[in-house]
Amino acid sequence: MSTAGRSGLVFHEPLLFESSRPGRPGVRVDDPDVPLVDPVRELGPELVRDDIPDFPELAELDVVRHFTRLSQWNYGIDSGFFPLGSCTMKYNPKVNESIARLPGLAAVHPASDESRLQGVLALAAELEAALAEISGLDRVTLQPAAGAQGEFVGVRMISAYHRARGDTQRTRVLIPDTAHGTNPASAALNGLEVIEVKSGPDGIVHPEALAALADERTAALMLTNPNTLGLFESHVEKLAEVIHGAGGLVYLDGANMNALLGIAKPGHMGVDVMHFNLHKTFSTPHGGGGPGSGPVAVRNSLAPYLPTPVIRLEGGRYRLDDEFPHSIGRVHAWYGNAGIWLRALAYIRTLGAAGLSEVSTRAILNANYVLECLRDVYDVPHQRRVMHECVLTDRRQNEHGVTTADIAKRLMDYGYHPPTIYFPLVVAGALMIEPTECESQETLDGFIEAMRAIAHEAESEPSRVTGAPERPIVRRLDEVRAARKPRLRWSRESA
Amino acid sequence: MSDHDYKIPEDCHYTESDEWLRVDGATVRIGITDYAQSELNDIVFVELPERGTQLEAGRTFGVVESVKAVSDLIAPIAGEVVEIHSKLSEHPEWLNEDPYGRGWIIAITPEDIDELDRLLSAAEYRAHVKARSGK
Amino acid sequence: MSYVPHTTEELRAMLARIGASTPESLLESVPASLRNRAELKLAPALDERALLRHFAAFAAENGTALTGPSFLGAGAHHHFIPAAVDALASRGEFMTAYTPYQAEISQGTLQMIFEFQTLLCQLTGLEVANASLYDGASALAEAALMAARVTRRTRICVSAGLHPHWREVLRTYTEGVGLVLETLPLDDSGRTDTAKLPADCAAVVVQSPNFRGSIEALGVAAGAAHAVGALAIAATAEALSLALLRSPGELGCDIACGDAQSFGLPLSFGGPYLGFLAAREKLVRQLPGRLIGETLDSSGQRAFVMTLTTREQHIRREKATSNICTNQGLCALRVTIWLALLGRAGIRRLAEINLALSAYARRACARAGLALPYAAPVFNEFVVAVPGLAGKLERLAAQGIQAGVPLARFEPETHADHLLVCTTEMNTRAEIDALVRGLAA
Repeated sequence: MSTAGRSGLVFHEPLLFESSRPGRPGVRVDDPDVPLVDPVRELGPELVRDDIPDFPELAELDVVRHFTRLSQWNYGIDSGFFPLGSCTMKYNPKVNESIARLPGLAAVHPASDESRLQGVLALAAELEAALAEISGLDRVTLQPAAGAQGEFVGVRMISAYHRARGDTQRTRVLIPDTAHGTNPASAALNGLEVIEVKSGPDGIVHPEALAALADERTAALMLTNPNTLGLFESHVEKLAEVIHGAGGLVYLDGANMNALLGIAKPGHMGVDVMHFNLHKTFSTPHGGGGPGSGPVAVRNSLAPYLPTPVIRLEGGRYRLDDEFPHSIGRVHAWYGNAGIWLRALAYIRTLGAAGLSEVSTRAILNANYVLECLRDVYDVPHQRRVMHECVLTDRRQNEHGVTTADIAKRLMDYGYHPPTIYFPLVVAGALMIEPTECESQETLDGFIEAMRAIAHEAESEPSRVTGAPERPIVRRLDEVRAARKPRLRWSRESA
Repeated sequence: MSDHDYKIPEDCHYTESDEWLRVDGATVRIGITDYAQSELNDIVFVELPERGTQLEAGRTFGVVESVKAVSDLIAPIAGEVVEIHSKLSEHPEWLNEDPYGRGWIIAITPEDIDELDRLLSAAEYRAHVKARSGK
Repeated sequence: MSYVPHTTEELRAMLARIGASTPESLLESVPASLRNRAELKLAPALDERALLRHFAAFAAENGTALTGPSFLGAGAHHHFIPAAVDALASRGEFMTAYTPYQAEISQGTLQMIFEFQTLLCQLTGLEVANASLYDGASALAEAALMAARVTRRTRICVSAGLHPHWREVLRTYTEGVGLVLETLPLDDSGRTDTAKLPADCAAVVVQSPNFRGSIEALGVAAGAAHAVGALAIAATAEALSLALLRSPGELGCDIACGDAQSFGLPLSFGGPYLGFLAAREKLVRQLPGRLIGETLDSSGQRAFVMTLTTREQHIRREKATSNICTNQGLCALRVTIWLALLGRAGIRRLAEINLALSAYARRACARAGLALPYAAPVFNEFVVAVPGLAGKLERLAAQGIQAGVPLARFEPETHADHLLVCTTEMNTRAEIDALVRGLAA
């Protein structure tokens, strides 16, 4: 059985530039009630451009149809099941959108006098307190605009902490081989050297392996827990001990916090600093690739290095405080992606403590259920109990010439978004499945049936799988052509 | 696939990082092996050094990219770059099609030609490929 | 209420299939010593009605650009957003999609970003633009890092007219990798003096219009940069100016970056906005962030796909051009819709209206005896010197008018009476008249 039925008409739709017709009037903009001025006379000819040739000229209805049609070529959480590992594609509640659009929030100018910002600052403080409680850490900044920026901030603060103590030789960051690529990139952006930590055959990091690498040059361990194999790093307390013993700090990549809400606090695991991905754990929309929001939580010992400004409550009024001599400085023009972190606060307020715990236990239930129902047809590289996601491989399907990429594409024909593929890098042909808590057994069973059907096809009719997808508006793409002769914009000459 | 499917010409020297070197008069031509191109798959981009660059043995001198992978080019021996195969920028596919011929990358004048003797012979390289591909 | 759908029967059946007694028993790999012993201390859960009441109460405590005339700018601009932008950008297929790694079922996002890249190339006059970055400040930081990689130099010369917050972000981002920032002063007219550049300079960063509103001579800056082998980076915090002013590309700049908040993004207390980054074609391999390219599918149809991904962190890890993982996809969608709706004539007209309003306001200020300290031409933002500024701002605020941003709040060393005033198409003549009366009183 497949959830992919028929759809309404799906249209071919040219580029905006191809539909444009000279002189077609767009949205109406009336003249102002002050006299117009001649730009060339006002500014001088050397400053003024001609109007832009080939800029689109479309009627409002053309534009509405254009983007409506484009939207229909997309697959979102609102369209169907989206088991994309490590990305936590859970339901994005519609009420959060209503809240972000309240005029009293959406029309707030960030350079307003603080007297006019008391409402939004109070909400920011409320979210900071909630994230501190969830993480078991002391202080939170909402400034980072995404998880990767949160990582940058966290590592920067770690460097500042060591420098302030005269510990200038700490230039190495230890990162397990299962980590997201952003971890090493964030360390490098801070001028630090990356040392890879091999995880054990059971998929987790062992204290002995870490102890062999930790020394007076160690600035930090960057850990993801649960890791990208969906496994809880059971030795995390010991790992933290090893790092702290060597004088380093422990950074937690919070990408997988959906497994830990109300269950365990990173602060209790020896974590010193972490980032959250509000667009994963706290239900804000992924938006086809952002905007995200990546708040950072720290222990009090790191608080002096928080990015400026920080929100303070003084005499019943909230302030944005810039006077922070040891701060790493600003990382965002204002105070982060407010429109996003407000949505996350709405989610936390909707769920409360019991609701958040339920999120994690159900996410873990769903992941274990999917794993249990597929382990007889797909290879399972690690036999431990998983948390909120599980990893399978294409080893058995390889015998018939079918790869992970083929399985992923074939899932589209069955009406599902594929899992994360070929990640983590330590597992060959990985298929990483994160069902989230938002899916019922019925939905999961539909997906499981599709996965089993594909495993069967891989044996009986492999060309059906290797030739997939058949149903989407385009077939497999020629990525080599795109990369060898990049065409990154439309132009009249190339059209 | 057996190791015989990878071309490993007898007249070249090899490195463990899958470069080949072939003496061509006073210069030494360098490229990547058939095994390397096959592992990378469709190559889409080559970053070349500038002519006149002094190469140090063991240091990166360029990059080869496929759609989903990147591989550094490592100088097997010291020397000065006297020729670069600039047409590769337009035709990265030559690295896949003819890695020992049209896919050559640079030519250098070695500091010490005897350094070539430290590198792998065709037979040694064949064993090295076999050990990694398991075939 | 946690948006979980399981029925009691489903729970029972799923646990039985796994061979577990309770959901909690699945947590066996989390050591007991680490488990929370008590429920989280969070405020009680709210249903949808109570939630909206809670947020509406806080929202009511904020002053906004809608509650009275506002002349606040300084890198965040109150512009017209046609209703179709919200309607289209709210479509779940856009809003709830992931980064378009699976191209076959992401063609909507991919074609949209390809259109976005094209629009940004047209506006900046450059050949390649990425799929967007976090905000103008981070886009500038990435531009500087890129220039350092290209030139293999470490000194970045930054105009004193750069937005002070952007400068701080630039410092935070470049310090760790050892870049050095040097300041280029403003001349009396309010423009950057690029006459003396160090020979080892990697890039010259000039914002135009700059933080004081002055439109810079980007061509002069680019020439000076090239003379010492540096790249010229043009930044803008008011993207609408690109519709009227000669483009950075036309004036010889190598990289253009900035914030496109003006194109359909609400003020929203400073975010999410959209950083853009465009460059000369030959710099494409050093450009950070996502790029969408055109290609064909296996049946020969045109299609779009993420390309040149080997520059990115998920492949190159510590050697990537940047650690950036997301772009601002939904913001790029809003910008693309906004630009398509306004179109060729509309954005030009909107820019001309902004210019007309600032020209009117400046003349009104001058007529009222207020000094305009900088002579350089402006777009929609300018500095006016207002004796007794603090008191006047308070009196105007009491009338519901947000008169502007006092420069001293951003740059304590500047004149205490300098006010940065921004006029957009959202302001009327009557509002400007009231503003000037209040400032001159």
